[in-house]
Amino acid sequence: MTAQTLQRPPAPDADAAARIRPRRRFTGRGLLHAYTWLIIAWLALPILVMIAFGFNDTPGRYNTSWVGFTFKWYAPDQLFLYPDLTDALILSLVIAIVASLVSGALGTGIGYALGRYRFRGAGSFNLLMFAAISSPELIMGASLLSLFVSLGTGVGPVTIAIAHIMFSISFVAVVVRSRVMVLDRSIEEAAADLGASPWTTFWKVTFPIILPAVMSGVLLAFALSIDDFIVTFFTAGTYETFPIWIWGATRVGIPPQVNVMGTLIFAVGVLGAIIANVRSRSGQRTR
Amino acid sequence: MTTPQHSVVQARPATHAAGAPAIEFVGVHKNYLSHGETVPAVKRTDLAIVQGEFFSLLGPSGCGKTTTMRMIAGFEEPTAGQIFLDGKDVTGVAANKRDVNMVFQSYALFPHLNTYQNVAFGLERRKVAKSEIERRVGEILEIVSLTGMEKRSPREMSGGQQQRVALARALVNRPRALLLDEPLGALDLKLRQQMQIELKRIQREVGITFVYVTHDQGEALTMSDRIAVMCAGVIEQLGSPREIYERPASRFVAGFIGTSNIVDGHVERTEGGLALLSYTTQDRVVVPVPQSVRTGDKLEVSIRPEKVDLHRTLPPVQATGGSVLSGTVTEVVYHGTSTNYTVATAAGADFTVFDQNASNADDLAGRGDRVYLTWAPQHSYLIGV
Repeated sequence: MTAQTLQRPPAPDADAAARIRPRRRFTGRGLLHAYTWLIIAWLALPILVMIAFGFNDTPGRYNTSWVGFTFKWYAPDQLFLYPDLTDALILSLVIAIVASLVSGALGTGIGYALGRYRFRGAGSFNLLMFAAISSPELIMGASLLSLFVSLGTGVGPVTIAIAHIMFSISFVAVVVRSRVMVLDRSIEEAAADLGASPWTTFWKVTFPIILPAVMSGVLLAFALSIDDFIVTFFTAGTYETFPIWIWGATRVGIPPQVNVMGTLIFAVGVLGAIIANVRSRSGQRTR
Repeated sequence: MTTPQHSVVQARPATHAAGAPAIEFVGVHKNYLSHGETVPAVKRTDLAIVQGEFFSLLGPSGCGKTTTMRMIAGFEEPTAGQIFLDGKDVTGVAANKRDVNMVFQSYALFPHLNTYQNVAFGLERRKVAKSEIERRVGEILEIVSLTGMEKRSPREMSGGQQQRVALARALVNRPRALLLDEPLGALDLKLRQQMQIELKRIQREVGITFVYVTHDQGEALTMSDRIAVMCAGVIEQLGSPREIYERPASRFVAGFIGTSNIVDGHVERTEGGLALLSYTTQDRVVVPVPQSVRTGDKLEVSIRPEKVDLHRTLPPVQATGGSVLSGTVTEVVYHGTSTNYTVATAAGADFTVFDQNASNADDLAGRGDRVYLTWAPQHSYLIGV
């Protein structure tokens, strides 16, 4: 290729092209940079606004225009000023923890079975899982409500948790399944070969290896649960979760406490992501 | 873990009757279901592997050698027949309750455990005392030359080192038999040759029965006490490396093990235990045959390329005393220690001859040269007798 190009008599515009190309590449790269930063800003701006207005020294419940900087909303007596907001946050956290742990356990089992074994109904099970992931929340919420009503169970924290587990389970199962599918089958055979029962093999070998996938499934479930509004709205009855409380407060003004709580939840999430990232990187380095 | 079946492992010293084969197959048959069709992977096989021997299962991929090994390990159950370990019927016994250990082709090391933890895994499952585990792991790591690597994780080790960890992890349990599934396949040539010698040394040191699955005939020939050559689910021949190389039982074995020239022809006459197959007035093959062979029978004869002498002129018939084929050289390939000639003869178009480059002389012949091939009668081997 190169030799051929060299032997060819120089085209009249070859020089010009050579001069232009670096600049064009430079412009292209600059555009790419600008575009990238634009996307990042687009994604991050709402969050930044939320964080910033948690430091806004606003006089009343209305927190829409910047007044001045303050840390006062972070003080516990200010942060937990509205008991029903605090209760809503606690309810949301409890439900998110329960839902992520239960769907983590059940989803891991489903994901393992689907990734490891071929069995009658595996195909339809896969389909069902993706249907649960892709079906609109509005429909899911409405049908869950009519289910609970027709069963006569009433609605409240338990039905919220059941609903959250129901829609989170597929996400955990999908994440775990893809990890199990690339897991070398002979590693488990090696454990059995060395005298480990199926139970021991799972807990001593399989589970530690797929743990990162299980953890990301659980975190995903937690994130889905803590900010879910639509399904929760249908299945909550008279109970208020954090998102439902905010929805109710929009008419009377969202106080800065909401921003602070949102910031704290966000900070915990970011911290978790950073820890996971650092750990997986140190894992890669030793490879 | 504490089910009665566990006694397979515990009762080992008492039950192993003197002289019982380490591993025995009685009428073992294995079918696979593939796209709704039953496909036999191993066909009605009887096999006895002796205590302490280095036994190889050799064959091309898909011949059933790996299935055979996996049935010994307990990962596959035979469709019919029985498998005995040390005289005990283990058919239907789960893999974790069989006293054999396996070295996997992919090594299958536990990625979340370090070398020490990998090797100690089997002993921990058997509830061996901690101090005893420490002692035995240290001992086996020394045998496989990995002392000082205890804290390394598998991904921090080279392929050769991982291979040794896999070996140590299996051997530390002192199994009745060690199963090795193409363990050297992933290593480069130099390392593989080094590991071949090492494996043989380790086997002598620990005195455990090794069952070695490979498609590499060179590997099988250099390491094994006995080899079973498999093809399409059937053991074609079972014997020492020398027997298999010198006296292949079938055309398949002759072709699969090393290079063989296979010629066929009709018996012109028999005389003193030798049969003469002639092609032209001077081209003839002489082969030792049993009494039952009659004039006119069709025979298949195998001749190893290194047994054949190549001449530029026709030697006196008395001096050759055996087979003579004339032909034209079609290919000359220099191999360092030897030169390989391909000769078109009356008995076959691709007759291969290996000529040792013993002297510094130039090649005996070039392409297109007329040559004469001779070999002694005992170097013709009648296939399938």
